[in-house]
Amino acid sequence: MATTLTSMQGITKRFPGTLANDGIDLEIAPGVVHALLGENGAGKSTLMNILSGRYRPDAGEILIGGTPVRFHSPRDALRAGIGMVHQHFLLVANQTVAENVALGHKTPRTILCWSRIEDEVRRLSEAYRLPLDPRARIDELSLGQQQRVEILKLLYRQADILILDEPTAVLTPGEIDELFATLRRIAREGRSVIFITHKLEEVMEIADRITILRRGRRVADLTPADVENRRELARLMVGREVVLRVDRTPVAPGETVLELRSCSGQGDRGQRAFQRVSFAVRRGEIFAIVGVAGNGQRDLVAAITGSQRLSGGQLLVFGKPHGAGGPPPMDRIAYIPEDRAGTGSLPGLDLTDNLLLTTYPSFCRRGVFRREAARRWAEAQLDQFHVVAPSLTASARQLSGGNLQKLILARELSKGPDLIIAEQPTHGLDIGATMDVWDELLRQRARAGILLISGDLREALSLSDRIAVIFRGQLMGVFSTDDEDAIAEIGPMMAGVVQAS
Amino acid sequence: MRLTLERRLVPSQRAVWAGQTVAVLLAFAMGAAVLRLTGADPLAAYAVMAEGALGSLYNLSEVVVKAIPLMLCGLAVAVAARIQIWNIGGEGQLVLGGIGAAGVALFLSPHLPSAIVLPLMLAAGFLAGGLWALIPGFLRARLEVNEILTTLMLNYVAIFWLEHLYFGPWRDPMGMGFPGTAMFPDVAWLQRLPGTRIHLGLCFALLAALLLHWILSRTRWGYEIRVIGENPRAARYAGMRIDRHILWVMLVSGGLAGVAGMAEVSGIHYRLQQGLAVGYGYTGIIVGWLGRLHPGGILVVSLFIAGLLVGGDQLQAVMHLPSSVGLVLEGTLLFFVLGSDFLSRYRLRWRKEDPWTPRA
Repeated sequence: MATTLTSMQGITKRFPGTLANDGIDLEIAPGVVHALLGENGAGKSTLMNILSGRYRPDAGEILIGGTPVRFHSPRDALRAGIGMVHQHFLLVANQTVAENVALGHKTPRTILCWSRIEDEVRRLSEAYRLPLDPRARIDELSLGQQQRVEILKLLYRQADILILDEPTAVLTPGEIDELFATLRRIAREGRSVIFITHKLEEVMEIADRITILRRGRRVADLTPADVENRRELARLMVGREVVLRVDRTPVAPGETVLELRSCSGQGDRGQRAFQRVSFAVRRGEIFAIVGVAGNGQRDLVAAITGSQRLSGGQLLVFGKPHGAGGPPPMDRIAYIPEDRAGTGSLPGLDLTDNLLLTTYPSFCRRGVFRREAARRWAEAQLDQFHVVAPSLTASARQLSGGNLQKLILARELSKGPDLIIAEQPTHGLDIGATMDVWDELLRQRARAGILLISGDLREALSLSDRIAVIFRGQLMGVFSTDDEDAIAEIGPMMAGVVQAS
Repeated sequence: MRLTLERRLVPSQRAVWAGQTVAVLLAFAMGAAVLRLTGADPLAAYAVMAEGALGSLYNLSEVVVKAIPLMLCGLAVAVAARIQIWNIGGEGQLVLGGIGAAGVALFLSPHLPSAIVLPLMLAAGFLAGGLWALIPGFLRARLEVNEILTTLMLNYVAIFWLEHLYFGPWRDPMGMGFPGTAMFPDVAWLQRLPGTRIHLGLCFALLAALLLHWILSRTRWGYEIRVIGENPRAARYAGMRIDRHILWVMLVSGGLAGVAGMAEVSGIHYRLQQGLAVGYGYTGIIVGWLGRLHPGGILVVSLFIAGLLVGGDQLQAVMHLPSSVGLVLEGTLLFFVLGSDFLSRYRLRWRKEDPWTPRA
């Protein structure tokens, strides 16, 4: 086991247009869980990609026990005992757990003895409480189970330093607790765990040591005992005071704008996506559907926005049934899709074209564009929503995630919608941009009904008036956010452990 | 020192033009090497080509004559490519356009007032080419059949139809056995510029370029095409009907190539015969891409490529070299220009020293 100190000294990494890491020092002690905290784009993943051999730094060096090392590939880093679990797992979907664990391993060189490998995988999974069947195929596993395979891969290769990039993003609250227990067990053996995150509560719960990055620089290095409160951590992370509580002034609910009566639908491969879903959204309220990704939310939204058909039930938008009778009146509906770059925007086209994506019909007269009017309007939108952009002729690709989301909000809300469907509206955004999006949604609540689809329980609790939990395509119950007892049950419900009474 | 590639955030305009110039020079250098291999003096050969293309007003006019179908076929490729459809079938659509126009000229013109014969031929050429292109368009839009294969294969079908017609049912009974239809009545002839073979088709091509540019940049339909070409998922999210747009684009694309065919039979050949399918449809693909799918660029490039073709013919006549040297130049041009395109998006950089040298 490692007893040596691993350190990174003066690490600098430049990408076209940005300085991702600027002279960062980092020391990893054996036997600790080390949290790397920072907003999106702070340089956390870049730094860890350097430590795990995926990138090479432009300057600086890595020392293991005082000896400089140079990695040319992740394989080099693994040989030195450093491995990383990326946000997007690197697993072969149609192979088994054992095959994935053995993949790329140097020994044995020619003849693989599967039973021995499977035994070893089973032994490791029991020792670290990572329950897995070595013969299960990856594509049969949940994301949480796939993450366990990734961790097992590193343990199988006897890594001394395990880097996990935002590991809780794909987990249910219960799975997070299990992951944390495993990480503590690994650290107790004298190995190190580096935990990349932007969630303050996780840091306070698990970390023995905290390093905070901001805009490519290290701004703090401390232990949880040094931290007076979370607000202090948030301030260090974003460089300004952040209010973590939102003002939610009560609004008297108006008429029903969206109603689902026992709706069922199928996914794009014909599988059952959601069953007998019923709920109603009224003007003046935010109705949240929380759930771990992949429980039918996406197909549910597709059905509501008219891009998929229902296989049963009745769907009423503004009191009128739709589904069989053509598309819903999208000019009165704002839809903020989950996939900002892939669905909600046109990366290669300019900002005017992007702002026009769903609003262009109102700028056309007999099929011809009123270009000057469109340009002036687009300029005003960027201004009003504080989108930071070089100019209107910049391409959407050049915008940061937060600014792209604000542009999409500007476009969708400019319709003056009566119904807003917001799908993971702050996923991957930093605190500053998240607060802007939240504020805007709360402002819109005064005049529209809002359906919020979120995997982030904190977001749903902060914003919504009522919450429903979705699990395997079914709603597990609808709660008022004032109901403290019910809220405690939401986590287990998202994991499918508890059924609503 | 080490050479590395970096992606540019914004393509550099200067690099685009500099790259373009260097690419053309490199292509000619490569062509010179090929000429050398055939045993000819490259400089003399280029001089012959230049003379052939630019040496006299008549030679110049011949360049314009060849540029007309290239422009139209280039535009046909470009409009389809804007929506990410690869129309390789310009050749067949051109042939169908010629057949459609010839049908009107041969069988309908005696019964029509002379003033509407040419407009009707134009419409028939456009429709025949467009409907031919709608076959792969429909297969693509409704059944997701790869249009690259279907458009390409339909070229052969079109050419066999053409041969069948002028060898068989449409053959001129007074033609002494020569394959070909009867000559069109002169009401079906496109007007020519006196002393040259430049015909009214030039105006069709210029008008088509202008109109297409305006439609693509200023109209709702053009915007929808741009959005679909850039990101089909975003287009679907915005409620656009992608399959319907594919059909319209294929109709227009095939129609443009069809007009090229109509202009060839009614401006040059005055009959349906061998020599209609000489590769303008294929060369149009090169013209479209070298012109960066932009109507203005396509006009310029089509003249340039036509110059190469006319000059290449002179090589054969004067130096007894294969005229395919012109084709070699076309190919190398495309190769280098697309390469320079890459460099306008990436940047080559010399790195002084790699601090990350191998572990000893």
